[in-house]
Amino acid sequence: MKNNVSTNRNPFGIRYMVSKRMSIGIRYLILVIIALFFLFPTVFMFVSSIKNNETQIISDMSNLRAFVPYGDIGFKNYFDVFTQLRFARFMFNSLFIVGTIVFAGLIVNSMIAYSLARLRFRGRNIIISLIIALIIVPVESIVIPLLLMVNKVGWIDSYHVQIIPFIADAFSIFLFYQFFIDIPTEIDEAAIVDGASSFRVYWNIIIPLSLPVFATVAILQFLFRWNDFLWPLMVTRGYEYRPLTVAIQQLFTQAPKMWGDIFAFASMITIPSLTVFLVFQKWFVRSIASSSIKG
Amino acid sequence: MHNLNQNIKMRRKSNNSDLRSNLKRGFGYKRKREVTVAWVLCAPALTLLFIFLVVPFIIAFFLSFTDQRLIPNPNMPTQFIGFRNFLRLFMDEYFQRALLNNFIFAIVVVPVQTAFALLLAILVNQKLRFINLFRTIYFTPVVTTMVVVAIVWSFLYNPGEGFINQFIKTISGGLLGPYGWLDDTRLALTAIMVLSIWQGVGFQMVIYLAGLQGIPAELYEAAEVDSANAWQKFWYITLPQLKNTTIFVVISTTILAFKLFTQVWVMTRGGPQSATLTAIVLLYKEGFVQNRIGYSAAIAVLFFLIVFFISMVQRIYLRGERR
Repeated sequence: MKNNVSTNRNPFGIRYMVSKRMSIGIRYLILVIIALFFLFPTVFMFVSSIKNNETQIISDMSNLRAFVPYGDIGFKNYFDVFTQLRFARFMFNSLFIVGTIVFAGLIVNSMIAYSLARLRFRGRNIIISLIIALIIVPVESIVIPLLLMVNKVGWIDSYHVQIIPFIADAFSIFLFYQFFIDIPTEIDEAAIVDGASSFRVYWNIIIPLSLPVFATVAILQFLFRWNDFLWPLMVTRGYEYRPLTVAIQQLFTQAPKMWGDIFAFASMITIPSLTVFLVFQKWFVRSIASSSIKG
Repeated sequence: MHNLNQNIKMRRKSNNSDLRSNLKRGFGYKRKREVTVAWVLCAPALTLLFIFLVVPFIIAFFLSFTDQRLIPNPNMPTQFIGFRNFLRLFMDEYFQRALLNNFIFAIVVVPVQTAFALLLAILVNQKLRFINLFRTIYFTPVVTTMVVVAIVWSFLYNPGEGFINQFIKTISGGLLGPYGWLDDTRLALTAIMVLSIWQGVGFQMVIYLAGLQGIPAELYEAAEVDSANAWQKFWYITLPQLKNTTIFVVISTTILAFKLFTQVWVMTRGGPQSATLTAIVLLYKEGFVQNRIGYSAAIAVLFFLIVFFISMVQRIYLRGERR
């Protein structure tokens, strides 16, 4: 057995060379097959979105032509989506809602995390345990009472009803807290002794040192909030404040189904987040990896 | 400046109570200001969390003991009805079905998705050319919104001539299919499982990839000296080293399985015949469609208790680990 292994591993042996070549070939084969599995629905969506002829989309769906752009190709569906389906409005709504949550969230959540990680005051430990406990509470378990509350104050069908409840986020606070607590205290103590206020320390010292965690929180919040569906479904009525996710679901529910328009709409939802991901890929990977260091 | 720095270093060496009293005497004013600033910095987040998380959470518990309706009937004021909502829930066959579906979903998806994520992570952790391209491709579904994923797969699952039916027919040489997928009570939940895994597995692949890259290379080198084969290295080094990562992945996937809503609502609304009904779909239907807020709140409370229990398993496990 041991002998066998050593001859196999001889870098000059023909058997080794052949088996290595083959194993690399097999590895690529596996990688490609899995890649096809992850690609085919998305490719299908993009290809169908540029087929102008509705009946062609339907007749192509049963074979590989579903993935080939041919026939009457163009941007008619995209044109429809913009002119008839108010796509720009929905896109603006989503970008505005998610953008505001992420931006305001970065400020609000990092502020409290700085306070908890670096300042001494009575009640601090209670707040820390409370926030860690709040991480567990899922939005799904509070949507019904939250709906009653916002209904009572007349917030239904607005931007703020989709923004304000989600700015403060226990998990974001926790990520900031973990990062801030590892920054050496000498830095801000020296600044304080030099006469800087705690607030200035936060603004001028801690924030510049913590850009990685800001990026992490921003990306994770973007991913989660961009996907939000249940809450906007409950609190939006007309098209004015509806985000993309609810808008396309409504389009999908209408009869008769206009598949060309649906795929164009779906593609345009996907393109921005896909582009952001491709550009900031390294940051995405780092953010998600660090989200798991939790406990 | 230098002196002050030294001063601080010396202080840090002295014990904590010493430091406190020093600060009280020397920096009394500063200290008071620090407390004020601390609370000012905490205030916005605490206020928001209190109003939009703690208050509704408490109200959810309160509502679950009442017969509150979304649009109150002026002739029938809301009443306190004790545990009646919960008793009804346990008898409610829809609720039983919903919980059962959540459990089936978790029991199938959690191990499959976790194992698949680990496999993908190992595959893309190889030193091969173009490996980054594959990593990117495997991750793209994660940045595709779930609503879009559900819509595209609905089309692919088309009962007659859909691509997936044709694909299975071709692969099996015409023996299998066509299936009704989303129209078939026996297949609808499985169909939703497949696309959920497709969309979510990339996220966990990345978490596992970070875990794999955190394993010290010396461990593998040592194993090589002992002429361990690839399987032994995986079994005795990789898996044990990834234990905490696996716990995290398993727990978070389990919680997601119980939150299942978006793809079900878009594709089947819980049908056909409750085959894909889940706890959150039922919560939405009862509260929002049927207006039964009290009953819906009772579902929310039970849902929370399940999620709470799952999270506790993780925390207790990890705490035991640290000792």
